[in-house]
Amino acid sequence: MELTVTDLAVGRGGVPVLAGVSFAVAPGAALVLRGPNGAGKTTLLRTVAGLQEPMAGTVHGAEDRVAYAAHADGIKGALSVAENLAFWASVFGQSDIEAALRAFDLEALRNRRAAALSAGQKRRLGLARMRVTGRAIWVLDEPTVSLDAASVALFAEAVRAHLAAGGMALIATHIDLGLDAQVLDVAPFRAPAQAMAAADEVFL
Amino acid sequence: MRALFVRDLRLALRAGGGFGLGLAFFLIVVVLVPFSVGPEPALLARIAPGVLWLGALLSCLLSLDRLLAVDFEDGALDLLATSPLPLEGIVVVKAAAHWVTTGLPLVLVAPVLGVLLNLPAPGFGVLVLSLGIGTPALSTIGAFGAALTVGIKRGGLLLSLLVLPLYVPTLIFGAEAARRAVLGLDVSTPLMLLGGITAGVLAFMPFAAGVVLRVNLR
Repeated sequence: MELTVTDLAVGRGGVPVLAGVSFAVAPGAALVLRGPNGAGKTTLLRTVAGLQEPMAGTVHGAEDRVAYAAHADGIKGALSVAENLAFWASVFGQSDIEAALRAFDLEALRNRRAAALSAGQKRRLGLARMRVTGRAIWVLDEPTVSLDAASVALFAEAVRAHLAAGGMALIATHIDLGLDAQVLDVAPFRAPAQAMAAADEVFL
Repeated sequence: MRALFVRDLRLALRAGGGFGLGLAFFLIVVVLVPFSVGPEPALLARIAPGVLWLGALLSCLLSLDRLLAVDFEDGALDLLATSPLPLEGIVVVKAAAHWVTTGLPLVLVAPVLGVLLNLPAPGFGVLVLSLGIGTPALSTIGAFGAALTVGIKRGGLLLSLLVLPLYVPTLIFGAEAARRAVLGLDVSTPLMLLGGITAGVLAFMPFAAGVVLRVNLR
């Protein structure tokens, strides 16, 4: 089932950021979001992931199918690489972490405490988490931050494998991953500046 | 859910997890009380149930601000919210892990500290029983408070102010049960009320916490 976003308006802190966003991602396809800092890419991704309510419009086909990766990886420093990954695998009802470790070249680091990883290694662990979720739609927010060129290639390969298996990906990024993907520039969808006082009404 | 529970226990027990913080605080409070009120055995015996309950409650409060804040800061809470686990379930599991690592040790160490306060012999059993019934409510109410303050930097003070009034019924009936046991009176009424409060809290608070957490994550 494809992911369809229709006439979506999203906001942050009650202030609309983007309005009238529509796109569709079919199984096996990826959509790359572009736009300057502060354009609303993260807010759009959080809305698609279900972390916040849309201000208007609908997101269809995302319910319980999204694996979300934000700027923060949610890694516990006191646990080892394998323990971190195994935890997320079992949260999502999966058990196999070997393929994910291999895909992101983490096998040699599997027993290292996550606190002792470098920023790029942490990021790789965060991305390896996507593979153990078994979810169809990957929603990735600037996944290549602090990755070196080789790791970016590993990541692009993982996304390609995911797409080939019928998955979907929604990626906000500033660099070219060499993916055969549609590109959506969010800048033209900037919402007119106005206060949406109704957003938090229920809690006032 | 079990994976989250195991992970929280593991994190609490590893270095820097804060296990033992509440226990150490409880010990300090109870050891210092005789110094501050004087070494009169009769007076200590009279205030022992109340002091032990108050100490346990404050120790519980001490670790609450990390209950959800750690997962919020490193992004794990966002990721958990997009996982198949319901937010209510996440709150229940985290409250349960908090109870096992904080509440349960307090219950187990309370009789030992009761000796320090000259707690009369008939009080020990009921003290442990009342703490055992009451502390799950403390952890669950605390999880609700932590959910309310999760997005706030240094939310610990606000959390204490929000949570302490909700702790009062548990404190009253818990300490009352232990006090009545010391005096040799019937303890069933305060214990039943304490159990009722805990049951109500366990049934209701996770849902309230789930709602506020959903608002705070937006």
